[in-house]
Amino acid sequence: MKTGFGLMKDIKLSVGVISEKTAGRLLGPTPFPSSTDLREWDMKLLERYKPFYMPFCDLCCLCTFGKCDLSDGKRGACGLNMEAQQSRIVLIACCIGAATHTAHGRHLVEDLIEKFGRKSTLDVGGTNVDILAPITQLVTGIKPRHLGDIEEILDYVESEITQLLSSTHTGQEGSNIDFESKVLHAGTMDHVALEIADLAQISTLGFPKSDPEAALVDTGLGVVDSSKPVIMVVGHNVPPAIGIMDYMSEKDLAGQLEVCGLCCTAHDLTRYDPKAKIVGPISWQLRFIRSGIPDVIVVDEQCIRADALEEAKKIKAPVIASSSKNCLGLKNRTKDPTDEIVADLIQGKTPGVLILDPDKVGEVAVRTSLGIAPKRNKFKNLPELNELILEAKRCNKCSECRRSCPNDMLIPEAIDAAAGGDLSLLNDLYDVCVGCGRCEEACPNDLDVHSFIVKAAEQKIKNEIFKIRSGRGAIQDVEIRKVGGPIVLGEIPGVIAHVGCANYPKGGEEVAEMIEEFAKRRYIILTSGCAAMSAGMHKNEDGKTLYESFPGDFDAGCVLNVGSCVANSHIAGAAIKIASIFAKRNLNANYEEIADYILNRVGAVGISWGAMSQKAASIASGFWRLGIPVIVGPHGSKYRRMLLGRKDRDSDWEVYDARTGERDYVGPSPEHLFYAAETKEEAMVMMAKLCMRPNDTTRGRAMKLNHYIDLHKRYYGRMPDDIHLYVRRLSDVPITMKDEIVRILDQKEWKEKNIPDPTILPRMIRKKEK
Amino acid sequence: MSTTPWQTAEIPGPKRGLPLHRSETLISLLNNSKNPLLIIGHKAAEIDLGNRKLIDYLIDLARGRTITVVATAHTIKELTNRGFQNASSMPLMDIANRLRDTEWRGLDGTGAYDLVLFAGFPYYMAWLVFSGLKHMSSQLKTISLDGQYQPNASWSIQNVSPLELEKFFVNLIEKIGEM
Repeated sequence: MKTGFGLMKDIKLSVGVISEKTAGRLLGPTPFPSSTDLREWDMKLLERYKPFYMPFCDLCCLCTFGKCDLSDGKRGACGLNMEAQQSRIVLIACCIGAATHTAHGRHLVEDLIEKFGRKSTLDVGGTNVDILAPITQLVTGIKPRHLGDIEEILDYVESEITQLLSSTHTGQEGSNIDFESKVLHAGTMDHVALEIADLAQISTLGFPKSDPEAALVDTGLGVVDSSKPVIMVVGHNVPPAIGIMDYMSEKDLAGQLEVCGLCCTAHDLTRYDPKAKIVGPISWQLRFIRSGIPDVIVVDEQCIRADALEEAKKIKAPVIASSSKNCLGLKNRTKDPTDEIVADLIQGKTPGVLILDPDKVGEVAVRTSLGIAPKRNKFKNLPELNELILEAKRCNKCSECRRSCPNDMLIPEAIDAAAGGDLSLLNDLYDVCVGCGRCEEACPNDLDVHSFIVKAAEQKIKNEIFKIRSGRGAIQDVEIRKVGGPIVLGEIPGVIAHVGCANYPKGGEEVAEMIEEFAKRRYIILTSGCAAMSAGMHKNEDGKTLYESFPGDFDAGCVLNVGSCVANSHIAGAAIKIASIFAKRNLNANYEEIADYILNRVGAVGISWGAMSQKAASIASGFWRLGIPVIVGPHGSKYRRMLLGRKDRDSDWEVYDARTGERDYVGPSPEHLFYAAETKEEAMVMMAKLCMRPNDTTRGRAMKLNHYIDLHKRYYGRMPDDIHLYVRRLSDVPITMKDEIVRILDQKEWKEKNIPDPTILPRMIRKKEK
Repeated sequence: MSTTPWQTAEIPGPKRGLPLHRSETLISLLNNSKNPLLIIGHKAAEIDLGNRKLIDYLIDLARGRTITVVATAHTIKELTNRGFQNASSMPLMDIANRLRDTEWRGLDGTGAYDLVLFAGFPYYMAWLVFSGLKHMSSQLKTISLDGQYQPNASWSIQNVSPLELEKFFVNLIEKIGEM
């Protein structure tokens, strides 16, 4: 039914539900949008930020018509061309990512409902957070209040992801731009799923609730006390790890064992119990397992090495798989008596077991680690120094290791030096190594190259002792009220979120360097996931990490860790809440208006310096649709599609003045939506630039320009060549640079411009254009 | 010397570029070009070729043939520090995106480029940019000068040692000087 305020669907089923849960406000035009309901908005974005494709391959090999050669403009047997094929692959990646978060959310919610009941109240920040689920409310119109309300939202997200994935089948969607629109929809579904998952676990598991002073916890390979039995957890679904902590607590074993983790399970475990320790990001799995420190390895889901079981066997540590998504070929022992399982694992009758009951995982892991630790005696899979040197002499200098290394590391030279007894080059490689182990797979002489690197850095590893602030969760409504104005007016120069995986081009230290620079410049810095861990693994001159040096509030000059992958939702949520709380825009099912607000007014940028996964792709696409640009590191170019603006095309940068309906040129702000930077220096300059928005006040724009120009001069040694595009009035010019900039403006024949009330939605114009 | 892709698994498909064996071939390609462009990435200032850096040879090439130069990332600072002022600065993604546009009239607005030389990039990143241009801008001819074979470029120096790459550039600069 079409009405004056929107299109209503499924009235019989939905209106009753929504009216109960929409916080008493008007329902916007797009409740529970299908993939085409926001298509017009997507087209506006894609018209400005056109896809640039960089195919991984000339071929399509997805059906038995093929392989089809799509080079030189050829179409495949199904009629698809290269552009559509690339966008199709991007959509498949984003569907994988969104499905993974959604399945995780479903799994969590089912577990938590079983434990706490459907009527369990949702609460992510007590009285400080009234808008519990800004993304969900924006997308669906529903304000969930109880755990049971979440199931309906998950039903919707699962249905949409199925629809999106189906469009990638042979003979379905044929337009690359429509594939791209669906990519954006997959991102939106992903964000809803992220939010739902974190909402459920924060509300029920006692995680920090919007707490700027969440505990500082230990992180780094050096923090694990290897004199105790050690349980290593890895993945993203925290209930099995919580089962371990609870069993230890119940049996009064706290302090007798070490529980530590990698990747997001580790984040969430420290949110549950700050005594747990974070070993490091996803890419440190091999080095930690081979160290021999873990006595039992518990894997749940996502980002776990597929060879974890094989690696664990080499150090004689049993594996407990705890997720239906990652059974590792192990026998399902969920219903077997616990005593039998523990005995089998300790006696080595089986290398691992599958247990699909989180509490049982806890008991088995703890009892097994206590029993097996004395037998294992920290048996490791790293060579002794003399063995390393002897092995290095077997290298035939074929360079296959280097050619298989994602970062083209000079491995042959380092091994050659090691053969002569000099391990310093191998030691240096440790800082850049992403821990993938491809060098070993490539070596024709079966040299354990990665182990060589880890062994050479043994002393450095022992000193990896850092602090990270445990994930605080959502941003408080009161924090938004405080900083919403300064952000929208540009007086806080920007909000920068460092998110994603650890596939770095030159090590994780670059992440910490970027954060420190912008925190000192009083940007608001958010972190999450593996990037949050890397941010903590760097100390300043005073021996303090970033989390010890900067407060954890959502405010200028602060560095806050929101938490695990699913906590990325709080970053998008903060941008949405600025529109809702500060600007009082209707939040319920009002996607276009809020995204338009964010695009034009909220100077936020995401950076994923080590983006690796399909999940990172879907998270990014959710940000794009909200009008938040994302920068990735050089490896991010392998997502094979950028969304790039053209600052040389003036007409792309016109918006409506909502006051008059006139069209005004506002400059390329933000210039790109998805962009891969070649170096840290380039990324930093681009971050400052992408924080500019059409709505900046002159004071705010002057401040943002000051940072952009200052960083550009530092790293590029000269003024940017596009200053004239960002100066709207002379009062935009930073006072300390006035003479220099005015000279440039004169050369460019610059003219003063209007500063509109910016929107790209004609319906937001209050006075219609004549 | 080899024409297998430098990084393992970077296999493109049926359309692969030609190997660039000799500096004379490059000179010939430049001679036949109406409007060439040289794009220099940040690694050019890191790669040692004898007692010089790759970027030094690229500056010699640009000066010798008056080729338009674009520096990506923060490379412009390295050029300036070496006294080479006549270059533009643009991110790699931006210049690649412009090059795939057949209506783009170039940095100075006088006309499209017909031959683009790349040097100084992470292998995988250049691999993708060459692929993007191969597929989305098939009229454009591209050349990789990094000494690591790029199958998506129209021509690429093969996988060569630093010493062989140095010889290539020394010979190239000598030949250009004789013209």
